Order: sequence, then structure tokens, then C-alpha cells
Amino acid sequence: MELTGAQALMRSLEMSGVEVMFGLPGGAILPVYDPVLDSSIRHVLVRHEQGAGHMAQGYAHVTGKPGVAMVTSGPAATNIVTPLCDAFMDSIPLVVVTGQVAMSAIGSDAFQECDTTGITMAVTKHNYLVTDPADIPRIVAEAFHIATTGRPGPVLIDLPKDVSNAMMTWYWPDSVDLPGYQPQRDVDAAAIAEAVQLIRTAERPVIYAGGGLLKARAAEALRELAEMCDIHVVTTLMARGVFPDRHRLCLGMPGMHGNYTAVTAMQQADLLINLGARFDDRVTGNPAHFAPDAKVIHVDIDPAEHGKVRVPDVAIVGDAKVAVEALIAALRPSDGSAATDALADRSAWKSTVSGWQEQFPLSYDQPSGGHPLKPQYVVEQLRDHTPDDTIVVAGVGQHQMWASQFWQFDYPYTWVNSGGLGTMGFAVPAAIGAKVGRPDRTVWAIDGDGCFQMTAQELISASAENIPVKVGILNNAYLGMVRQWQELFYAERYSEVYLSADHPDYVGWAEAMGCVGIRVESAEEVVPAITKANAVNDRPVVIDFRVDTDEKVYPMVPAGGSNDDIILGPEGDADAALKGTAPS
Amino acid sequence: MSGAQGTNLSPEETAVVSLPQEPDLHIFAAIVENKFGVLARIAGLFSRRGFNIFSLAVAPTADPEYSRITIVVDVHNTDVNQIAKQLDKLVNVINISELHPSDSLERELMLARVGAVDLEAVTDVISEYGGEVLDQADGEAIVSVSAHPDRLDRCERQLRPFGLHVLQRTGRIALRALDADEPAVGMTA
Repeated sequence: MELTGAQALMRSLEMSGVEVMFGLPGGAILPVYDPVLDSSIRHVLVRHEQGAGHMAQGYAHVTGKPGVAMVTSGPAATNIVTPLCDAFMDSIPLVVVTGQVAMSAIGSDAFQECDTTGITMAVTKHNYLVTDPADIPRIVAEAFHIATTGRPGPVLIDLPKDVSNAMMTWYWPDSVDLPGYQPQRDVDAAAIAEAVQLIRTAERPVIYAGGGLLKARAAEALRELAEMCDIHVVTTLMARGVFPDRHRLCLGMPGMHGNYTAVTAMQQADLLINLGARFDDRVTGNPAHFAPDAKVIHVDIDPAEHGKVRVPDVAIVGDAKVAVEALIAALRPSDGSAATDALADRSAWKSTVSGWQEQFPLSYDQPSGGHPLKPQYVVEQLRDHTPDDTIVVAGVGQHQMWASQFWQFDYPYTWVNSGGLGTMGFAVPAAIGAKVGRPDRTVWAIDGDGCFQMTAQELISASAENIPVKVGILNNAYLGMVRQWQELFYAERYSEVYLSADHPDYVGWAEAMGCVGIRVESAEEVVPAITKANAVNDRPVVIDFRVDTDEKVYPMVPAGGSNDDIILGPEGDADAALKGTAPS
Repeated sequence: MSGAQGTNLSPEETAVVSLPQEPDLHIFAAIVENKFGVLARIAGLFSRRGFNIFSLAVAPTADPEYSRITIVVDVHNTDVNQIAKQLDKLVNVINISELHPSDSLERELMLARVGAVDLEAVTDVISEYGGEVLDQADGEAIVSVSAHPDRLDRCERQLRPFGLHVLQRTGRIALRALDADEPAVGMTA
């Protein structure tokens, strides 16, 4: 069968199991947009190419399938660099197709030409410039294999226009042949045995659960391991939901804005069992002072993560689910006795941890009378007035931290956010992608006013394509997190952070984009507005929550500081936290 | 990359070389797919991870599908394992191994245009290193010397008084010695 390169590309995407793609056409990709009309793949037309990339990310986050985006050359390719980098940092499987000028024009500074493979080399797991239409099926098959196996990540395929137009003889490869790419899933038994020894003797163990567990679909295995060994679990920003927040062993989120118990339990642990996390600086604070007494077991499918920040005592290369299941098998007694019988006595540690939980819960104060409206109150009301399996999507900043802190995540794949890159504007398009992937679920974006203004135009795409996401803007009229740092570390000298509470008119803007728009100014209005929003299923909804400008995210470990120096904020008893109960 | 061919190597130079190394230079040998952009991927990785390339030599292997790259890295402030692991993550890198100087044979080729009013004196210097005069005219000569890079450094210093008008060195290449243990799995680097 003779096909054009463009037809071969679409057919290859279909063969790869693609059901949905996000994109926007233009000159160099025009040949491929013709067979889009004949394809079984749903195409969601975006308003800006960055939106296509973030939608593909949101889709991938909640479905576990690779997200697919397609845009043209030049400015479209540069516009999708941010999502590529975001996906690279957070290990999200994406396949992005970009148009390119004709082969004969490459290097001539042609209209809408840019060196897309050169620009994206640093932010993709791999990329391809297609030079022969006969290579298209092989390259597409390889791209999906690379994106979804090992440590997942984005792969870009740059497709020159003349290659799209040229003819090829159709085939579909049975397998991929990548001699330089052999990710290791299976774990080394000797390393597992060493890890088991450390777990048996640890008196203050903590499981440091990372996003790799979600990629490996290891939530159930994690729960079995934690329960069997009765070990507390902290869930990083990328791993929220992998272990239920309501579980007695869950300590919640660690890190710069983690809760006191999660931060301090890690800091004072004698064993950290890192499952698919990467000792990110937002978790460790100053790595020289991080968990100084802890031995480290580090499970990661990417061997380069071992020793990158912290040298592990036991490095386990492999798939997180395979590793956790191997640990379970090795720790489970063959005689039917309780696994905990073979472990060190941890009663003192458990009582210390529960003491912290009691003494230093996350807290805020919503004044009676409803004013000013506290952002944490909004998050709690959203949490309590939406289905338990609601998917929550955040942008980056204060609202993201409040969402992570005050939501209760009890199911995996219900939390979508930009962790590593910290991309403002992520929430609206990622929520749209999540809703496309899980139309059966309620999807709420909890966004900030600064973030919303970066990518809000994608709500037009959502209205046009009938994708009923809901957006709650925690509108404090500021670039709030920057303001918080200026207040705390720059003597309240607020430089270029005021955005205005009234411009834009969010309700008017939402309505202009085909959404329902609601404004909320007091605590009393919160629940009725959420109830109204939940009842709308034929279009997106935007609620402009006017929240207290002065509210800050606590606890907080100042950047570069030690996790011992956690600041609890006005609601907490900082002196007790810093000096009193914590054993040294 | 063919500099070692056609030159007469002294017995000393063909022995396993264990001359003192600068302490922060490490040699990596990588077999890579001979594809568009591979060198850019490697150079880009070094730059964005803050690894410092001291020298780099690339050419196809006996199988033209692959190239062999010898990279000398200044590992000051860098974890050597990180360099190898990050390089190994590149899809086009088939394998990577570190070559320890004590287990390896190293060579580098130098071409130099030198002042040669006294051609005999120049010839005396380079013949000590198995070099040869390739061209001469108007009181200048182009010489070629292939040797262990440390010996090449000495040769270069000895040529300097004659006037080193143009100097081109290739960067080192290295092979694991025949009696050294093979550390890498897969294709032999």
C-alpha cells in the first residue's frame, strides 16, 4: 500500500493506540492535517501550542497513556518547548510531532524555520528529524516505546513538509530495535536482600514515596509494603494520591511547604526508603543537612538518579512496582507470622511521630463573618463538596501548595501538577487534557490569578470542544508566592507583584469564553458557588474566589536552609517546634 | 584518526602506558550509533550537566553503523559515575566505559608548522618521538608526531623554541590493553 508520509504518520499514530491528540495546524504541518480528517483519532484544536503540550500532559497524568500533540514548525515548535521541558522534568510520557520546512530549505532561514531538534535536545528524552518517509512507522514506534518505557519522558518527531508529501510503502514494525536503549525493569536480588536487612534493623524508618510509584502503577504494592512493615509514608508533590491521605500511616507531603510531621520525620529518620523520588531540592532543603542520620535505600529506574544528590546505602535499579513487590516477598515471613515480628521495636518512634501530628497539624483561621476569605477554606470546601475521586489540577505557586496541603488525596491519579519545572499556566490546559482522558470524572483546576492569565484562552478550546472542566481561581490579586518571599525575605518591598483584583473581570472573561462565570467574595458564598458549578456539565465553569491577599503558605523551609529550621507560621507554636519536642 | 598508522613506534610507546596523569582527567570511550546529531547530543549533555570536556575524538568504527568516541573529561567537582550514567541515558549511546590509564594504550596525533631554519635540529627532536617531517619550505616545516599525549606535551615544549606557528592536536584516543579486564557489557569499547 502506497501512502504519503503524512498518511503514514497518522496511520502510525493509530497503530500506536492513540485515541486523542491535541494540536494546532500551520504551514509546514499542513500535509498531515489533511489525513487528520479521515483518522479515528480525536483531535482537540487548541488556541496556543503551549496549551496542546500541557493538555497532552494532563491526559497522560490521569490515563497513564502517552499524551500526543502536533503543531507546526518555527514559533509553534518553540511554543511547545515549555511543555516538553515540563514533561521531561516530571517524567511524563509525551510524543510531540512538529512540522518542519522542506529538507531542501533546512538551514536557509526559511519562513517559520527553526532548529527544532537542536532546541529540544536538552528537554526531550530523545528526538528525531525524519529525512525519509519510509522511516516514519519505525520512528513513531520507537518514539512511543522510548516515551513510555524506563523513566518515561517526552519524545519529539520533527517532520519536514516534503517528507510528509513524499510517498512510501506502508509497513508496521513488529518490534523496535534500539541497541542503546535497554531500560532495566527487573531488580537485583542481592540489592533487595541488603535493603531488607536495613528495613529489619531500622528504628525510625520512613518511606519516601515519589512520582515513580505512580508511573509504575505501584500504589497497591506500596500500601501492602507499608502496612505489612507498619512504616510511615510521606508522599512527595509528584506522588500525592499514591498512598491515601486518610491512612493511619500517611504523613502527607514533605518539603519546603510540607507539614511539620512529614518534614521532621524524614529529617530524624534512621532509614529513608526512597521509592521513585529524586531528592529534589524542594524536598531536601540544603542536602548537606538533610536527614543526617538516615541510611538510604533508593529505588529508581534511572540509575543516574542514584548518587546524583544523595549517595544511597543500597541502590536498586528497576521498576518501582517490581522493586516493591520484591521487597514484600523478601520481608514476608514464610511461617505466617507477622512481618513486624522480625523488625526492630519502633514504638518510641511511633509515639514521637503521633505526638508531632497532634501538636503541629496544618492550620489556618477563617474568621467568622466570612471576611477575608481564606484560600485554604476554599480548598477545604471544594474538597468536601466534590466527589471523592475528583481530579485536581494545579498551576504553580501558593494555590498549588494550598491545594496539595488541604485536599485529601485518597486515590492515585487524582492530582495533576507541574512539580519540577514549576510552570505557571499549567492548570487550565492540563485540566482540559485530564477531562478528555477521564470524561467520567469531575475535574477541578485550582488555579492562581497569575497562572490563569497565562493560559486561560484554552477555556475557549474547552467550550468549543465541549470539555466541561471547572476552574477555581484563588484570586489574591498578586503573584502570591513571589509576594510571600518579598514579604519574608525582602523586607516587604513588593516589586512588580500586584496584578489587580479587578482587571481582568474574571466573570466577564469566563462568559466571553463560553464558560459559566461566578464571583465569590465571602466564606458564606463558597459552598453555594461550588454546588452551582458542580451542577454545570455542558460547559466549563470559572469561579473567581476573592481571597485574602496577606495569607501565606506555611509551614515553610527557607530556600537553601535546613529542614530543621522549618517555620510553622502564625498559627503554629514555632518555639516548641524548633526547640521543644523534637528529639535530636 | 589514522595517525598511529605508518609511524614507527618505539618499544616504550607500544608498552602499556602508565605515565603520570593529571589527577582530574578521566578517559571515557563510548560506542555510539553513527547518526545525525549524536555529537551534538553528547556535547549538549556535557554542557547542561556542567561536565567539562578536555578533548574529544570521534570516528566510525570498523562497522560504519557505529562511531567510537574517546572523551577526556576534567572531572574536577564532578562525580565520574554521573558522567557515565548520564551519557548512557542517551538513546544513541550503545555503551560507555571508563578507561583507566594503567589499563590502556593512549595515543594522540599532532601536526605542527614550526620554524625550521635548522631543519636538522627539528628532525632530531621529533625523531625522538617517532615523528616525521611532512613538508618543508622557506625555513618552515610541517611535522607529524604520534605519541602518548604526555610525550606529545614534552615534544611540543621542545619544539616551542623553534617557533610553533600552527599547532593542531587531535585529542587523545585510547584502547583498553589486551591484558586488562573487560568491565563493560555489550560491545567492547
